[in-house]
Amino acid sequence: MTENLLQIDNLFIELPAGSERQYAVQDLSLELAPGETLCVVGESGSGKSLTARAVMGLLPAPHVRVSDGQINFNGEDVTMATYDRLRDIRGSEISMIFQEPMTALNPVMSIGSQIDEIFRYHVSMSRSKRLERAIELLRDVNLPNPDQIMNAYPHELSGGQRQRSMIAMALALKPQILIADEPTTALDVTTQAQILKLIRDMQTASNTGVLFITHDFGVVADIADRVVVMQHGLVVESGTVNQVLNLPQHPYTQALISAVPSLMPRKARSRSEKTVLQVRGLNKTFGGGKSFFGLGKPNREVRAVKNVELDLHKGETLGVVGESGSGKSTLARCIIRLMDTDSGEIRIDGNEINSLSRAEMRPWRNKIQMVFQDPFASLNPRVRVGDIIAQGPVTLGIEKDEAIKRARELISIVGLDTRAFDRFPHEFSGGQRQRIGIARSLALKPEILIADEPVSALDVSIQAQILELLDEIRDQMNLSMLFITHDLRVAAQVCDRLAVMRYGEIVETGATAELFANPQHSYSRDLLAAVPGKEWKAGSKPKSAKSKRKSA
Amino acid sequence: MSTFWQRYRRNKSAVFGLAVILIVIIMAVTANFLYPFDPFRLAGKPLSGPGMNGFLLGSDSLGRDVAAGIVHGAKTSLLIGLIATLVAVLIGIVFGAFSGYYGGRLDDFLMRVTEIFQTIPSFIFAILLVAIMKPSIVSIVIAIAVVSWPGVARLVRGEFLALKSREFVQACHTLGMSDLRIMLREILPNCMSPIIVIGSLMVATAILIESGLAFLGLGDPNIMSWGFQIGAGRTMLRSAWWVCTFPGVAILITVLAINLVGEGLNDALNPRLRERI
Repeated sequence: MTENLLQIDNLFIELPAGSERQYAVQDLSLELAPGETLCVVGESGSGKSLTARAVMGLLPAPHVRVSDGQINFNGEDVTMATYDRLRDIRGSEISMIFQEPMTALNPVMSIGSQIDEIFRYHVSMSRSKRLERAIELLRDVNLPNPDQIMNAYPHELSGGQRQRSMIAMALALKPQILIADEPTTALDVTTQAQILKLIRDMQTASNTGVLFITHDFGVVADIADRVVVMQHGLVVESGTVNQVLNLPQHPYTQALISAVPSLMPRKARSRSEKTVLQVRGLNKTFGGGKSFFGLGKPNREVRAVKNVELDLHKGETLGVVGESGSGKSTLARCIIRLMDTDSGEIRIDGNEINSLSRAEMRPWRNKIQMVFQDPFASLNPRVRVGDIIAQGPVTLGIEKDEAIKRARELISIVGLDTRAFDRFPHEFSGGQRQRIGIARSLALKPEILIADEPVSALDVSIQAQILELLDEIRDQMNLSMLFITHDLRVAAQVCDRLAVMRYGEIVETGATAELFANPQHSYSRDLLAAVPGKEWKAGSKPKSAKSKRKSA
Repeated sequence: MSTFWQRYRRNKSAVFGLAVILIVIIMAVTANFLYPFDPFRLAGKPLSGPGMNGFLLGSDSLGRDVAAGIVHGAKTSLLIGLIATLVAVLIGIVFGAFSGYYGGRLDDFLMRVTEIFQTIPSFIFAILLVAIMKPSIVSIVIAIAVVSWPGVARLVRGEFLALKSREFVQACHTLGMSDLRIMLREILPNCMSPIIVIGSLMVATAILIESGLAFLGLGDPNIMSWGFQIGAGRTMLRSAWWVCTFPGVAILITVLAINLVGEGLNDALNPRLRERI
C-alpha cells in the first residue's frame, strides 16, 4: 500500500481522565490515496475532528493525546515526528481549512500578508515573487479583484470570500493532503455549492488527497469518493460513496441516512381558508441612527425587512426560507413583537397587534409563541425545567398549581421523562433541550407557533425526531406554524407553503411542491440548485465523485 | 455544591486563604471571651515588649494591650469590609442592571454618573466624605461604599448587555414577563458568579481603606481598629516596633487571604476561564 498518501493504523486518541469516555477515537484505521476524497462522517462528538487534528499534530496537548497507533504520511509516522518536522509538514505538505473562516483568519492582518507568511516560513522567494504568487493564488480560487483582496482584512470579506482565502492559503504550497474540517458548515447553501466545486477543481488540478470532515450526507454525496462513518469514536462503516450511501450495512449508518430529510416535498394537506395571521407592508430598518452629538459618520443603515406581506392559514405550516442575512429571523422577531417595526400591520384573527404597547400585548401572548434556534442559549441555565415551562402561564395569571400541572403534562407530551421537571437544563442534550423549549412555547396553548430554525443546531438524527414532534403537536393542537429555516430539505418535509426571502424581501410564495417543481424567481432556482446531494435520493444513485469529474 | 467545593479545593492557596479568614473570623467572634475588656483600657506598663508583663504582643505607649487591640480590631475590619462591600454591590447592581438592560439614554446618563465617581481618586474621596460627615462607623461604611460601587456597576452592566440579547431572555419577553421580573429572576442569577468574585476582592480593598482612614485619625474614635493601632504606634516604630508591626501583619495576612479566596472563587465559579490558560 505504498501509493497511499496517508495511512492511519489502529489510532487511539486518549481523553483526559474523568471525560465522558476514555478514548475520543478508538482503533481507527483509514487510508487516503492521491487525488482521492475521503469523507469522514459522524454526528457531534464522534471524534471526527480530533482525527483530523491528530494528522496535523494539533491535538490539544497535554490533555488529549495519541496513545496508540500510527499515522503514516508517505511512510513517515507523524505521531513520532519532532516539533520542527511537524512545522515543516504543516502548511507545506498537509494543510487544513477550518469550519469558521472568521476565527481561523487573523483579524488584524491583511489577507495578503497572511498568505505571504506561508511563503516566508516555508520557502525562500523574493518579495515580488511572493506577491505575484499570492495574487495568482487568489485568482485561482476565483476571488474577484485579487489585488484589492490582498489588502483587505478578514472582516471586510463575506463568509464565502473568507473561506476562499483560507483555501488559497491552504493550497499555497501545493500540499499533498488537504484536510477540510466542516469547511462549508458556516456558509449559505449557494456559497457552499461554490466552495465544494472549488475544492473539487483544485483537487483535480494538483492531484491532492482530501480528507473531508462533515456531518452532512448531502455534501458527502456531492464530493466523496470513499466514506468513513464514525460513531462515538469508532469507525462503524467504510466503503465507496456508492456502497455507504445506497447500501449501508451498519444500523447506525442506516439510521443516519434515513434521518436525512428528503428533498421530495410532503403531500400538501387540505388547507382551511381562514387566515389566522396576516402581515401587511412590514418594514424594519437597523442602524441609521445618529452618532454621538451628530459627530462622526452616521451608522450604516440596513433594511432588514422590506414591505413583507404574509398570510398564514389556520392549521398550515408556512416556511420562510432564505440564506443568512435575508431577514427571516428579524421578520419572526417583528411578528412576535420582540422588535419594534418601522411600519406595517400584523393582524391575528383580524386584530391589529403591531401598534399595541407591551402591556397591551400581554393578553395576545397566548395566541402566538416562539421556538428558538439554539437550545443551549434559549433556556435559562439557572432555572429548573419545570419552572421554565410553567413561568409563561404563571406570568399570564394562571394559578401556580394549575400551571405546574400543565407543565408536567407538556413534559410528557414532548417526549421527556416526567422526572425532568426538577432538573436543570444543563443535564439535558441538545435535542432534549429543544423539546423543553417547545414545551415552554406550548404552555400558553398558542394558536400560532413561530419556529425560528428550530433544528439547525441539532444533529441530523435528532433533527428528524424534533421535526416529527413538531408535526405531531401541530396536528394535535391544530397549530398554525411559521417555520423559519435555511435548509430546503427540512422545509420540504414540514412546510405546506413556502415564502422565499432575499435581502429582506419575499421574492416568491407558493405551495411547497409547486415551488420545488417549478420555481418562478431566479433566486429560488439558485437556492434549489445549490442544495447539496440533490441527485442522490432523487432517484439516481450518486456516482463516485471521481467518475463524475471524468464525465464532466 | 459538591462539585463547586471540588473545584475550589484544587487551588491550594485558596484553601489556605479560606483557613486564614476562618481564623480571623473566629478571632473576631471570640474577641469578648479572649479579652473580655475594653481594648482602650490601660492594661499595664506602657511599651512592654512582646511576652513581657503579661502582654502577649506587647503594649503601646499608654499601656494598652496590642493583642487585645488586634482581636477587637478584627471585628471592626471584617464588619466594615463586609457591610461596605454589600452596600457597594447593591448600588452597583442597581446602576449596572438598569443601564445594561434598558440601554439608550438611561444607559448614557447612568454611565456618565459612574464615570464622574471613577475619575475622583477613591481614597482621597473617602477621606473627604468622612471628614464632611464626621468619623463614625456609619460614615466610614458610606464613604467606602460610595467610592467602590462604580466597578460593580460596570461589571453588571456588561453582563446584562451580554445576557439581555440571549434567547432565553427573548423567550421571557414572548411570554409577556415584566422587565423587573426578567432582570431579577432571569438575568441576575446568571451574573452572580462574577459579582461574587469582584465582591470578595472588594472586601479586601474596603479593609485597606478603613485602615488607611483610621491611620489618618479618621476612624471611629470609640472603636478599636488595626489602622488606628498603626497610627498610634508609628512615631515609636524604632523604639517599640511591636506596636505597629503586629496590626500591620494582621492587615497584610487578612487582605492577602481574602484575595486568595477571591482568586479561588473565580477559578471555581468560572471554570472555563481557567482551562484556557
